Amino acid sequence: MAKRIVSATINGEPMEFAAEPYETLLEALRNDLGLTGSKEGCGNGNCGACNVMLNGALVNSCCVLALEANGANITTIEGVAQGDHLHPLQQAFLEEAALQCGICTPGFIVAAKALLDNEPDADEARIRHWLAGNLCRCTGYDKIIRAVQLAQKQPAGSR
Amino acid sequence: MQAFDYVAPSSVQEAVAVLAKHGPAARVLAGGTDIIIQAREGRRDVAVMVDVKGIAELTQITHNGDGSLRIGAATPCARIYSDPVIKQRFPAIVDSASLIGGIQIQSRASLGGNLCNSGPAGDSIPTMIALGAVCEITGPGGSRTVKVEDFCTAPGRNVLQNGEMLVSLLFPAPSGNSGAAFERFIPRNEMDIAVANAASNVTLSADGQTFQSARIAIGAVAPTPLYVEAAGAALAGQPVNDATIARACEAAQAAASPINDMRGTIEQRKHLVGVLVRRTINKAVQRARG
Amino acid sequence: MVTTSKPAYKVIGTRPIRPDGIDKVTGRAVYGADVRQPGMLYGRIKRSPHAHAIIKSINTAKAEALPGVRAVVTSKDLGPDPAALPDASKNILAGDKALYRGHAIAAVAATSDLIARQAADLIEVEYEVLEPALDVREAMLPGAPILHPNMRTRTPAGPGQEPSNIVAHAAVVFGDVEKGFAECDVIVEGEFKTKMVHQGYIEPQSATAMWNPDGQLTIWTCTQGSFPARQSVSQILGHPVSKIKVIPTEIGGGFGGKISVYLEPVAALLSKKSGKPVKMTMDRVDVFEGTGPTPGTSIKAKLGATKDGKFRAFQADMAYENGAFAGSAANYATMCITAAYDIEHVKMDAYDVVVNKPRTQDYRAPSSPAAAFAMEQLVDEMAEKLGMDVEELRLANTCRPGTRGPMGMPHQAPGHEECVKQALASEHYRSPLEGPNKGRGTASGFWFNVGLRSSVSVTVMPDGTVSLIEGSTDIGGTRASLAMQLAETLGIAYEDVKPSVVDTDSVGYNDVTAGSRVTFGTGMAVHEAGKNLIKEMATRLAPTWQVQPDEVEFEGGTFKTKDGAKSMSFKEAAQATVGRGPGLTASGSVNAGFLQGGGFAHAIVDVEVDPETGKVTILRYTAIQDAGTAVHPSYVEGQMQGGAVQGIGWALNEEYYYDETGRMANASYLDYRIPTTLDVPMIDTIIVEVPNPLHPFGVRGVGEPGIVPPLAAIANAVAHATGVRQHQLPMNPARILETTKGK
Repeated sequence: MAKRIVSATINGEPMEFAAEPYETLLEALRNDLGLTGSKEGCGNGNCGACNVMLNGALVNSCCVLALEANGANITTIEGVAQGDHLHPLQQAFLEEAALQCGICTPGFIVAAKALLDNEPDADEARIRHWLAGNLCRCTGYDKIIRAVQLAQKQPAGSR
Repeated sequence: MQAFDYVAPSSVQEAVAVLAKHGPAARVLAGGTDIIIQAREGRRDVAVMVDVKGIAELTQITHNGDGSLRIGAATPCARIYSDPVIKQRFPAIVDSASLIGGIQIQSRASLGGNLCNSGPAGDSIPTMIALGAVCEITGPGGSRTVKVEDFCTAPGRNVLQNGEMLVSLLFPAPSGNSGAAFERFIPRNEMDIAVANAASNVTLSADGQTFQSARIAIGAVAPTPLYVEAAGAALAGQPVNDATIARACEAAQAAASPINDMRGTIEQRKHLVGVLVRRTINKAVQRARG
Repeated sequence: MVTTSKPAYKVIGTRPIRPDGIDKVTGRAVYGADVRQPGMLYGRIKRSPHAHAIIKSINTAKAEALPGVRAVVTSKDLGPDPAALPDASKNILAGDKALYRGHAIAAVAATSDLIARQAADLIEVEYEVLEPALDVREAMLPGAPILHPNMRTRTPAGPGQEPSNIVAHAAVVFGDVEKGFAECDVIVEGEFKTKMVHQGYIEPQSATAMWNPDGQLTIWTCTQGSFPARQSVSQILGHPVSKIKVIPTEIGGGFGGKISVYLEPVAALLSKKSGKPVKMTMDRVDVFEGTGPTPGTSIKAKLGATKDGKFRAFQADMAYENGAFAGSAANYATMCITAAYDIEHVKMDAYDVVVNKPRTQDYRAPSSPAAAFAMEQLVDEMAEKLGMDVEELRLANTCRPGTRGPMGMPHQAPGHEECVKQALASEHYRSPLEGPNKGRGTASGFWFNVGLRSSVSVTVMPDGTVSLIEGSTDIGGTRASLAMQLAETLGIAYEDVKPSVVDTDSVGYNDVTAGSRVTFGTGMAVHEAGKNLIKEMATRLAPTWQVQPDEVEFEGGTFKTKDGAKSMSFKEAAQATVGRGPGLTASGSVNAGFLQGGGFAHAIVDVEVDPETGKVTILRYTAIQDAGTAVHPSYVEGQMQGGAVQGIGWALNEEYYYDETGRMANASYLDYRIPTTLDVPMIDTIIVEVPNPLHPFGVRGVGEPGIVPPLAAIANAVAHATGVRQHQLPMNPARILETTKGK
């Protein structure tokens, strides 16, 4: 089976890569593009460690084929900070100590950013609902929720 | 891990041709949250994924003049539950669509995919049955319709023949004084496969005190989701009260034939059918009464 | 926070941002599976589908013939006689028997992951399937299928005579329980069972190995201990330690489950055979079936008290699953189960039992949560029978300095009493819980924490900042807690310390990151290194100040002469002395012993039980824990909260669901249900500080005690909500419905 060329805009940059038809977007990002910030925790859409934005929607990249991303606009964890400037969510995660081992953190940050972009005034219940597809085993979620709430307080333009 | 090929047809005809050519080894790819995993893990034999998301009819939501609703089979749940008309006139569909997996799954997963996966616990299927939805299918021989309650035949299996694909789901216009609701029971609060689920669609008299008719469906308690005609019949013409509803629950429980597995026990599931049917009937009544 | 007495620290107790934080929030940090080496091959393990079978033959010819395959290995590559291999080797690659479903049988390295998987499927194994032993008590009985024909039970009276699945029987006796129980007015007892559960770290194991032609072996791995991993690989492969370098990557969670090696020796063998680097990454099924979950247990326990509320006697018969090879340590339970209390007469029998499941491993305070599930429910029941408030009952029996503790040694400065007092005084405990179907439960817990060996070195940079080189893998923020301790020792700003976790060639020996030992034990090494650095700098300063080195004093971050006439801050002194002589470095190596004082935790939890569905909702949870001295309070809170939520999952939903053939039916995060954000509330924390006399800053390990109370606290809460006591875990909706039927 031959690889096929995929063209997509990833973190604002036009990119091209070759992928097998059975390869997932997660594998393509990690193995073909060296974007290892998205992680594999479960391989079947149950943990959120692989979260990316695909055409404005939050998805599990382990459940998307690389070829499906042709022509798409993708944001990964590597595209959340703007150059030197951390996104308020990233800063909030650091200040609130919302990470311990850090393996779930990229997925949570991408998911939380999608939340704040869609529902900037989400209350605690809504935050928890939105993030229920992201598993963390270290923090018990308390400080993650607080980090999202801290980031909510930042002016809208900065996030 | 299984290797497979990928094609992205731009019309239903093209898709049907590919499916007919490859037979059961070709699978329609909508959201992919089930089929991609199953294919890669070798739980389904897939030689080629047929991505239908580029075909207009597959991802359209159409509110027809007569009040009926057509949803393209590959339309993601996230678009379905964001549609203001669906939220207002078909809230039971929103109940289901917002429960399948989490946000990430709902960005991709579709009603059509959930139905064609044909799992006994599919969270959209009892709702579609209760609402009287109809599958619009196209194959090499042309188009046909199948009631949703007749679509699944066994765990993971359905009536689609070689080359056929589900194009859309047609929901009849809700009658006046009607309401519907879906509920499921899971051990956590999201992300689980239902231990049991149920949907109830009731039509009341104008004064809201009597059931005129009802459609009740239950899932995860039999090899396929079940349309329980007897439960609806137990409500028809009866006053809206606990005793009537209890009879409908009993009928639903009698129709259930659950198993013991890692998600639940037989006793627990039978018990839950009664609880969920009662809760969904009550919610449906509330919605019917406005 | 509640502190019994603490010096005014400058850095300790603050909440700076961790030094590795930016890399982790931007996705730059390199974890096990992120490693790539040029020319790398992909390795894959073939695992046994049977829980118990004799391996009659392994035929790798078809696999070797598949294009793209570069190497295939079996246990023959570890030694000529698979039957003679030691247990550790047999767990890595099965010897003559497959002892659990998921047991590694062979491995392949190929040019792609897909080819490696296809090749693994082509390896033909002939099995003679045997009946599995799957229940811990049944496996102890005569007539049970025997896993190891050569196994003889280790008992206090010497080895047993017959083949057995009982690895060891540990017996602990204090006083005379018969006499003790005879004196009691109230006796409560019960049999409690818990299921096998997994640590559930989100990152699957991954290791990359490169075997150079000169015999130098480099291994990148996400391990809790690079030095113990080096040692294990050396023993398993028969390769000298001096030729092995282990480079620890960042680690995505361990909780004990990444202490043992699984992939490292196999990747090394494949690399040796193929001549290329080989990377192996587990998928989630492999993690469940092929790593080290924690034992399921069966504990029969009995507690007796006189009517004045004094515990007089306690007896327990405790059986812990070890999985396929000796791996648990049931005797740890004997060190924990009564640690909170002063009980004169105690008799405990603890059994380690092999069963046809993955070899068990430590999981956060191993053995103690299941022990507390039994003990703390008996305490709760005792309070009911005595008509006393349960926390008052705990206070009436609490351990104090001098009370007999783990292994019969006296507690030095136990924080249990303070934890219970804080619970009683807490807003949570004092607030009413109103409404039907609701219940409040409390529980205490203990973990003995270990010290062990650590080694660090420090180097002064030209600008006066300090580089801290350490070898303890950082699972939860120890780079920060160690940098803080060094900053405190040197009297400098936290930002002036740059910590690095390095490989096994670059720093002295460090024991595993486990047992809650790093902030404690490696912290002692850091303190030691700091003091040594100060001595060296004093030596260099002395000539310019025209005094002897021992006349240069150091206090509060300042060097000065005795008369105070001359003084310099650390930074000034560092800049002045760094060029004066060879590189300005120092090291600190400590052996902090086995027991390091232990840590007590306590929990108050409110639940609501839906009587129609049996579902338990955690309404409110307060975690209380003695941290000794909280170096970084945010990370202490994080450990407490993480342990609490793992405990919630363990109590309510998590289990290895086995069918009768010994297959785990729920080997995925869909059906192995760990808590999501929607399943838990905010976890309130109360940090107690009863300084640990064994540590220069009073530190106690905090990673583990927090997981000990929740199983019992939730069970007690459910009992109060429903009137029915739960003796089995998990307390999932089906079990609650079943046990409360008709109530």
